Amino acid sequence: MKTTSNLEKVLAAGHFAATGEVGPPRGTDAEAVRKKAGHLVGKVDAVNITDNQTAMVRMSSWAASLIVKQMGLEPNYQMVCRDRNRLAMQSDILGAYALGLNTMLCLSGDHPRFGDHPMAANVHDIDSIQLVAMVRQMCDAGLFQGGAEISNPPKMFIGAAANPFGDPQELRVLRLAKKIAAGADFVQTQCIYDMKRFKEYMHQAHDMGLTEKCYILAGVTPLKSGGMAKYMANKVPGMTVPDEIVKRIAGAPKEAQAEEGIKLCIEQIAEMKEIPGVAGIHLMAIEWEHRAPEILERAGLLPRPQV
Amino acid sequence: MITAVRKPLEEIMGFAAPYSRVLLLGCNECVTVCYAGGRKEVGILASALSMAFLKEGKKLDIVEQTLERQCDPEYVEEIAQTIDQYDAVFSMACGCGVQTVAGRYKDKPVFPMVNTMFMGASERQGVWAERCAGCGECVLGRTGGICPVARCSKRIFNGPCGGSTKGKCEIDPGVDCAWQLIWDRLKALGRTDLYSEIMPAKDWRSAKDGGPRRIVREDLLS
Repeated sequence: MKTTSNLEKVLAAGHFAATGEVGPPRGTDAEAVRKKAGHLVGKVDAVNITDNQTAMVRMSSWAASLIVKQMGLEPNYQMVCRDRNRLAMQSDILGAYALGLNTMLCLSGDHPRFGDHPMAANVHDIDSIQLVAMVRQMCDAGLFQGGAEISNPPKMFIGAAANPFGDPQELRVLRLAKKIAAGADFVQTQCIYDMKRFKEYMHQAHDMGLTEKCYILAGVTPLKSGGMAKYMANKVPGMTVPDEIVKRIAGAPKEAQAEEGIKLCIEQIAEMKEIPGVAGIHLMAIEWEHRAPEILERAGLLPRPQV
Repeated sequence: MITAVRKPLEEIMGFAAPYSRVLLLGCNECVTVCYAGGRKEVGILASALSMAFLKEGKKLDIVEQTLERQCDPEYVEEIAQTIDQYDAVFSMACGCGVQTVAGRYKDKPVFPMVNTMFMGASERQGVWAERCAGCGECVLGRTGGICPVARCSKRIFNGPCGGSTKGKCEIDPGVDCAWQLIWDRLKALGRTDLYSEIMPAKDWRSAKDGGPRRIVREDLLS
């Protein structure tokens, strides 16, 4: 065991992991964080705390992570390359670790164009793979990116994200391999609807031996309505939603669409459990945290293992 | 080349308001090639300004001149004999030219007539696109001749990000995904092996983050 991360313990013990996600509020209300995260206490092995997701200003990821940590829920502290240079990133990592955070996820970040500060400078001092490598070096070699020694280095369980469906298709597993080579301990994928393509992706990753080196958690997001299914299919860059899924959700009576979405999500989780190399799921129930326990229960993922 | 676009007439009118006689100074280099500030554009702007002033019942005396290069002290010297005749210089050069003129004629107000945009190339008639970010340490040899610094919206060295869709960038379907282009080119060159190498964090000192940059060539110093 390299860290004190609960997620690492669960994965290392060979359990099928389940992580959740909470987006911090656009304000100072700590209670809002507690309310969302409260649904997930005891239901997931770690909860991702997003970092200014969709390039909208929100309560800082480390602060919301700390609130969640105090509730007895393990935060997966997200960090994007868009908003900070390597000095700020490293100091935040030191501070986060000092406050008890031990699991983090390294991301590029959505472009500012999508958020409410499209006029902001776009930092991107380093990219997400370089961020993984930097944290790896901080933890294992005890060295800052600049080369100087860190007194009492952090020990983070280091995560990265992967999108199996972005283009060019043939590069996707190769990029995953680069993230793992940079030092990712675990990977959480973009939400998956196209099971056929995901299976091909995992098959390739498995054949390349990547699943031996890194835990891969498959992303799932329940579709709340036909409208959401269409939005995901047509508006989200790098997302693939097969027509039959859009038809299935949109074709259900309006009042039954949410239940149909949950059913689909549960079926997908069952399928994912059977895919070689999938070490768990990452449930992103966007603004639907209160439905997460039901999904996890019905998917047979509760209770969570105590390790 | 350095690309530029002319400023809106209203902004230029604002610069001109206090003056009665100005030198409208074009440049024969990049801004000529991108139709922003060469001899022809000097003529067009002079006419537009004169007409706009006449409409307001005022008169602005505009003298047109175009130098070979405004970023070169040798050529900027050409206006030394006549500069006193003007209240101000309206430079149609890029920011480099404006500053060379302003640096040489310290007591003369100099105003930019164009917004300097980027280092780019012509894609087709009337379209220019950014190609080089001047980062000071060229990686084009490793990226199939496509620059991730200038052409990836997140300047990702180990791309593409998850937003690449059908060859286009997530920010705009009109923008090519640089990493799609890089990958296509590496395939065409039979050098996809280059992709697997992790490009390490860049040292931005060679770019503008190390402070304003200079090149000193000892062999050329006189």
